[in-house]
Amino acid sequence: MADVKTTLIAPVIALLAGLLFGVGLMVSGMANPAKVLSFLDLTGRWDPSLAFVMAGAIAVGSLAFFAARRHDRSFLGLPMQLPVSTAITPRLVLGSAAFGIGWGLAGFCPGPALVALGAGYPKAVGFVAAMVAGMAVFELIERAKAATQHA
Amino acid sequence: MLIDPGNFTPGFSLTGGLVIGAAAAVLILFNGRIAGISGIFGGLLNWPRDDVNWRLAFLVGLVGAPVIAGLLGKSAQAEIEASWGAILAAGFLVGIGTRYASGCTSGHGVCGLSRGSVRSLVATATFMATGFLTVFVQRHLLGG
Repeated sequence: MADVKTTLIAPVIALLAGLLFGVGLMVSGMANPAKVLSFLDLTGRWDPSLAFVMAGAIAVGSLAFFAARRHDRSFLGLPMQLPVSTAITPRLVLGSAAFGIGWGLAGFCPGPALVALGAGYPKAVGFVAAMVAGMAVFELIERAKAATQHA
Repeated sequence: MLIDPGNFTPGFSLTGGLVIGAAAAVLILFNGRIAGISGIFGGLLNWPRDDVNWRLAFLVGLVGAPVIAGLLGKSAQAEIEASWGAILAAGFLVGIGTRYASGCTSGHGVCGLSRGSVRSLVATATFMATGFLTVFVQRHLLGG
Protein backbone atom coordinates (compact mmCIF):
# COMPACT_ATOMS: atom_id res chain seq x y z
CA MET A 1 0.00 0.00 0.00
CA ALA A 2 1.43 3.30 -1.10
CA ASP A 3 0.96 5.99 1.51
CA VAL A 4 1.02 9.76 1.39
CA LYS A 5 4.71 9.84 2.36
CA THR A 6 5.96 7.96 -0.68
CA THR A 7 3.38 9.26 -3.16
CA LEU A 8 3.33 12.91 -2.16
CA ILE A 9 5.75 14.14 0.50
CA ALA A 10 8.89 12.37 -0.75
CA PRO A 11 8.42 13.67 -4.33
CA VAL A 12 7.86 17.23 -3.03
CA ILE A 13 11.08 16.98 -0.98
CA ALA A 14 12.85 15.57 -4.06
CA LEU A 15 11.57 18.48 -6.15
CA LEU A 16 12.99 20.94 -3.62
CA ALA A 17 16.30 19.03 -3.47
CA GLY A 18 16.51 19.11 -7.28
CA LEU A 19 15.81 22.84 -7.34
CA LEU A 20 18.45 23.43 -4.67
CA PHE A 21 20.94 21.28 -6.59
CA GLY A 22 20.27 23.28 -9.76
CA VAL A 23 20.64 26.60 -7.94
CA GLY A 24 23.94 25.37 -6.46
CA LEU A 25 25.23 24.42 -9.91
CA MET A 26 24.29 27.84 -11.30
CA VAL A 27 25.74 29.84 -8.38
CA SER A 28 28.96 27.80 -8.47
CA GLY A 29 29.44 28.44 -12.20
CA MET A 30 29.48 24.71 -12.95
CA ALA A 31 26.48 24.90 -15.31
CA ASN A 32 28.92 26.59 -17.70
CA PRO A 33 31.03 24.00 -19.59
CA ALA A 34 33.72 26.57 -20.41
CA LYS A 35 34.39 26.95 -16.67
CA VAL A 36 34.55 23.19 -16.13
CA LEU A 37 36.97 22.83 -19.06
CA SER A 38 39.14 25.61 -17.58
CA PHE A 39 39.43 23.45 -14.46
CA LEU A 40 40.30 20.36 -16.50
CA ASP A 41 42.95 22.33 -18.46
CA LEU A 42 45.74 21.96 -15.90
CA THR A 43 48.48 23.18 -18.24
CA GLY A 44 46.51 26.13 -19.62
CA ARG A 45 45.14 29.18 -17.78
CA TRP A 46 43.87 27.13 -14.86
CA ASP A 47 40.62 27.96 -13.05
CA PRO A 48 40.56 26.04 -9.72
CA SER A 49 36.89 26.94 -9.03
CA LEU A 50 35.61 23.35 -9.39
CA ALA A 51 37.79 22.26 -6.47
CA PHE A 52 36.06 24.89 -4.31
CA VAL A 53 32.66 23.58 -5.37
CA MET A 54 33.66 20.06 -4.34
CA ALA A 55 35.08 21.31 -1.03
CA GLY A 56 31.86 23.15 -0.18
CA ALA A 57 29.62 20.26 -1.21
CA ILE A 58 31.68 17.66 0.68
CA ALA A 59 31.83 19.86 3.81
CA VAL A 60 28.03 19.83 4.08
CA GLY A 61 27.63 16.34 2.62
CA SER A 62 29.99 14.67 5.08
CA LEU A 63 27.95 16.02 8.03
CA ALA A 64 24.72 14.76 6.42
CA PHE A 65 26.09 11.29 5.65
CA PHE A 66 27.65 11.05 9.11
CA ALA A 67 24.13 11.50 10.52
CA ALA A 68 22.54 9.25 7.87
CA ARG A 69 24.86 6.33 8.70
CA ARG A 70 23.58 6.28 12.28
CA HIS A 71 19.94 5.76 11.29
CA ASP A 72 17.98 3.00 9.54
CA ARG A 73 15.19 5.38 8.58
CA SER A 74 15.00 8.89 7.13
CA PHE A 75 13.06 11.79 8.71
CA LEU A 76 10.08 10.62 6.62
CA GLY A 77 10.48 7.09 7.94
CA LEU A 78 11.72 5.76 4.60
CA PRO A 79 14.58 3.23 4.49
CA MET A 80 18.03 4.83 4.45
CA GLN A 81 19.36 3.51 1.13
CA LEU A 82 23.11 3.98 1.43
CA PRO A 83 25.26 2.18 -1.19
CA VAL A 84 26.64 -1.11 0.08
CA SER A 85 29.08 -1.99 -2.71
CA THR A 86 32.76 -1.46 -1.94
CA ALA A 87 34.16 -3.52 -4.83
CA ILE A 88 36.66 -1.90 -7.19
CA THR A 89 35.68 -3.59 -10.45
CA PRO A 90 36.71 -3.20 -14.11
CA ARG A 91 33.18 -1.87 -14.75
CA LEU A 92 33.75 0.90 -12.21
CA VAL A 93 37.13 1.92 -13.58
CA LEU A 94 36.38 1.57 -17.32
CA GLY A 95 32.98 3.22 -16.94
CA SER A 96 34.52 6.14 -15.03
CA ALA A 97 37.29 6.40 -17.65
CA ALA A 98 34.71 6.64 -20.48
CA PHE A 99 32.70 9.18 -18.49
CA GLY A 100 35.82 11.33 -17.96
CA ILE A 101 36.60 11.35 -21.69
CA GLY A 102 33.06 12.55 -22.46
CA TRP A 103 33.29 15.11 -19.64
CA GLY A 104 36.56 16.43 -21.06
CA LEU A 105 35.22 16.58 -24.62
CA ALA A 106 32.18 18.71 -23.81
CA GLY A 107 32.65 20.08 -20.28
CA PHE A 108 29.27 18.63 -19.31
CA CYS A 109 28.49 16.00 -16.70
CA PRO A 110 24.84 14.92 -16.15
CA GLY A 111 23.71 17.60 -13.63
CA PRO A 112 25.04 20.69 -15.42
CA ALA A 113 23.81 19.33 -18.77
CA LEU A 114 20.25 19.13 -17.39
CA VAL A 115 20.53 22.67 -15.98
CA ALA A 116 21.77 23.99 -19.36
CA LEU A 117 18.93 22.07 -21.02
CA GLY A 118 16.48 23.88 -18.74
CA ALA A 119 18.12 27.16 -19.74
CA GLY A 120 17.30 26.30 -23.35
CA TYR A 121 20.71 25.69 -24.96
CA PRO A 122 20.24 23.50 -28.08
CA LYS A 123 23.63 21.80 -27.61
CA ALA A 124 22.63 20.84 -24.06
CA VAL A 125 19.48 19.25 -25.47
CA GLY A 126 21.66 17.33 -27.96
CA PHE A 127 24.06 16.27 -25.19
CA VAL A 128 21.21 14.98 -22.99
CA ALA A 129 19.65 13.11 -25.94
CA ALA A 130 23.01 11.39 -26.63
CA MET A 131 23.37 10.70 -22.89
CA VAL A 132 19.97 8.99 -22.84
CA ALA A 133 21.10 6.90 -25.84
CA GLY A 134 24.25 5.86 -23.95
CA MET A 135 22.22 4.95 -20.86
CA ALA A 136 19.73 3.03 -23.01
CA VAL A 137 22.55 1.00 -24.60
CA PHE A 138 23.71 0.11 -21.08
CA GLU A 139 20.19 -1.07 -20.17
CA LEU A 140 19.88 -3.14 -23.36
CA ILE A 141 23.27 -4.82 -22.84
CA GLU A 142 22.46 -5.57 -19.19
CA ARG A 143 19.04 -6.99 -20.11
CA ALA A 144 20.51 -9.14 -22.87
CA LYS A 145 23.11 -10.46 -20.40
CA ALA A 146 20.45 -11.23 -17.79
CA ALA A 147 18.34 -13.00 -20.44
CA THR A 148 21.20 -15.26 -21.58
CA GLN A 149 22.07 -16.09 -17.97
CA HIS A 150 18.50 -17.19 -17.29
CA ALA A 151 18.16 -19.14 -20.54
CA MET B 1 50.55 25.86 -13.40
CA LEU B 2 49.09 29.33 -14.06
CA ILE B 3 45.96 30.30 -12.19
CA ASP B 4 43.59 32.44 -14.25
CA PRO B 5 42.64 35.30 -11.89
CA GLY B 6 40.04 36.71 -14.29
CA ASN B 7 37.81 33.63 -14.18
CA PHE B 8 38.58 32.16 -10.73
CA THR B 9 35.46 32.52 -8.55
CA PRO B 10 36.32 31.01 -5.15
CA GLY B 11 33.48 32.74 -3.27
CA PHE B 12 30.65 31.88 -5.65
CA SER B 13 31.99 28.38 -6.24
CA LEU B 14 32.35 27.60 -2.53
CA THR B 15 28.86 29.01 -1.88
CA GLY B 16 27.37 27.02 -4.77
CA GLY B 17 29.15 23.94 -3.43
CA LEU B 18 27.58 24.43 0.01
CA VAL B 19 24.15 24.64 -1.67
CA ILE B 20 24.83 21.45 -3.66
CA GLY B 21 25.86 19.75 -0.41
CA ALA B 22 22.64 20.99 1.22
CA ALA B 23 20.60 19.49 -1.65
CA ALA B 24 22.34 16.13 -1.16
CA ALA B 25 21.74 16.43 2.61
CA VAL B 26 18.01 17.04 2.13
CA LEU B 27 17.63 14.04 -0.18
CA ILE B 28 19.46 11.56 2.08
CA LEU B 29 18.07 12.80 5.42
CA PHE B 30 14.41 13.12 4.34
CA ASN B 31 14.08 10.54 1.55
CA GLY B 32 16.97 8.20 2.34
CA ARG B 33 18.26 8.50 -1.23
CA ILE B 34 21.61 9.43 -2.79
CA ALA B 35 21.67 12.59 -4.91
CA GLY B 36 23.39 10.97 -7.89
CA ILE B 37 22.11 12.52 -11.10
CA SER B 38 23.14 9.71 -13.47
CA GLY B 39 21.52 7.09 -11.22
CA ILE B 40 18.31 9.07 -10.65
CA PHE B 41 18.02 9.78 -14.38
CA GLY B 42 19.34 6.51 -15.79
CA GLY B 43 17.28 4.47 -13.34
CA LEU B 44 14.15 5.70 -15.13
CA LEU B 45 15.24 3.73 -18.21
CA ASN B 46 15.15 0.53 -16.15
CA TRP B 47 11.39 0.16 -16.16
CA PRO B 48 8.98 -0.92 -14.84
CA ARG B 49 9.85 0.38 -11.37
CA ASP B 50 7.77 1.66 -8.49
CA ASP B 51 9.81 4.72 -7.52
CA VAL B 52 9.34 6.89 -10.59
CA ASN B 53 7.67 9.81 -8.75
CA TRP B 54 10.54 11.13 -6.67
CA ARG B 55 13.03 10.62 -9.52
CA LEU B 56 10.92 12.67 -11.94
CA ALA B 57 10.27 15.30 -9.27
CA PHE B 58 14.01 15.71 -8.57
CA LEU B 59 14.76 16.07 -12.29
CA VAL B 60 11.92 18.59 -12.74
CA GLY B 61 13.49 20.66 -9.95
CA LEU B 62 16.95 20.44 -11.52
CA VAL B 63 15.75 21.41 -15.01
CA GLY B 64 13.32 23.95 -13.53
CA ALA B 65 15.97 25.83 -11.53
CA PRO B 66 17.26 27.83 -14.55
CA VAL B 67 13.67 28.39 -15.72
CA ILE B 68 12.77 29.99 -12.38
CA ALA B 69 16.05 31.92 -12.37
CA GLY B 70 15.17 33.20 -15.84
CA LEU B 71 11.77 34.41 -14.62
CA LEU B 72 13.60 36.30 -11.85
CA GLY B 73 15.85 37.93 -14.43
CA LYS B 74 18.95 35.79 -13.78
CA SER B 75 20.22 33.77 -16.74
CA ALA B 76 22.15 30.54 -16.40
CA GLN B 77 25.10 31.19 -18.67
CA ALA B 78 26.59 28.26 -20.57
CA GLU B 79 29.41 28.78 -23.07
CA ILE B 80 29.50 25.58 -25.10
CA GLU B 81 32.65 25.47 -27.22
CA ALA B 82 32.44 21.86 -28.38
CA SER B 83 31.27 21.06 -31.92
CA TRP B 84 27.99 19.20 -32.48
CA GLY B 85 29.93 16.02 -33.25
CA ALA B 86 31.92 16.29 -30.02
CA ILE B 87 28.74 17.08 -28.04
CA LEU B 88 26.97 13.95 -29.28
CA ALA B 89 30.00 11.68 -28.76
CA ALA B 90 30.52 13.18 -25.30
CA GLY B 91 26.89 12.72 -24.30
CA PHE B 92 26.96 9.07 -25.34
CA LEU B 93 30.21 8.40 -23.42
CA VAL B 94 28.88 10.18 -20.32
CA GLY B 95 25.62 8.20 -20.50
CA ILE B 96 27.08 4.72 -20.88
CA GLY B 97 30.15 5.43 -18.73
CA THR B 98 28.26 6.75 -15.70
CA ARG B 99 25.86 3.79 -15.80
CA TYR B 100 28.69 1.23 -15.86
CA ALA B 101 30.45 3.18 -13.13
CA SER B 102 27.19 3.45 -11.11
CA GLY B 103 27.73 7.16 -10.64
CA CYS B 104 29.03 10.51 -11.84
CA THR B 105 30.34 13.75 -10.34
CA SER B 106 27.40 13.94 -7.93
CA GLY B 107 26.94 10.31 -6.87
CA HIS B 108 30.63 9.40 -6.60
CA GLY B 109 32.23 12.86 -6.44
CA VAL B 110 29.97 14.62 -3.93
CA CYS B 111 28.02 11.89 -2.11
CA GLY B 112 30.61 9.11 -2.31
CA LEU B 113 33.50 11.23 -1.11
CA SER B 114 31.25 12.64 1.65
CA ARG B 115 30.66 9.05 2.80
CA GLY B 116 34.39 8.34 2.74
CA SER B 117 33.90 5.59 0.12
CA VAL B 118 37.14 4.25 -1.36
CA ARG B 119 35.18 2.90 -4.34
CA SER B 120 33.89 6.41 -5.08
CA LEU B 121 37.39 7.84 -4.61
CA VAL B 122 38.70 5.42 -7.26
CA ALA B 123 35.84 6.40 -9.60
CA THR B 124 36.40 10.13 -9.03
CA ALA B 125 40.17 9.88 -9.48
CA THR B 126 39.61 7.93 -12.71
CA PHE B 127 37.14 10.31 -14.37
CA MET B 128 39.20 13.32 -13.23
CA ALA B 129 42.31 11.73 -14.75
CA THR B 130 40.73 10.94 -18.12
CA GLY B 131 39.04 14.37 -18.08
CA PHE B 132 42.40 16.11 -17.57
CA LEU B 133 43.98 13.90 -20.23
CA THR B 134 41.21 14.52 -22.78
CA VAL B 135 41.47 18.30 -22.43
CA PHE B 136 45.28 18.12 -22.60
CA VAL B 137 45.20 16.06 -25.80
CA GLN B 138 42.51 18.21 -27.37
CA ARG B 139 43.87 21.66 -26.47
CA HIS B 140 47.63 21.12 -26.36
CA LEU B 141 48.47 18.15 -28.57
CA LEU B 142 45.83 18.53 -31.28
CA GLY B 143 45.73 22.27 -30.75
CA GLY B 144 42.17 22.89 -30.45
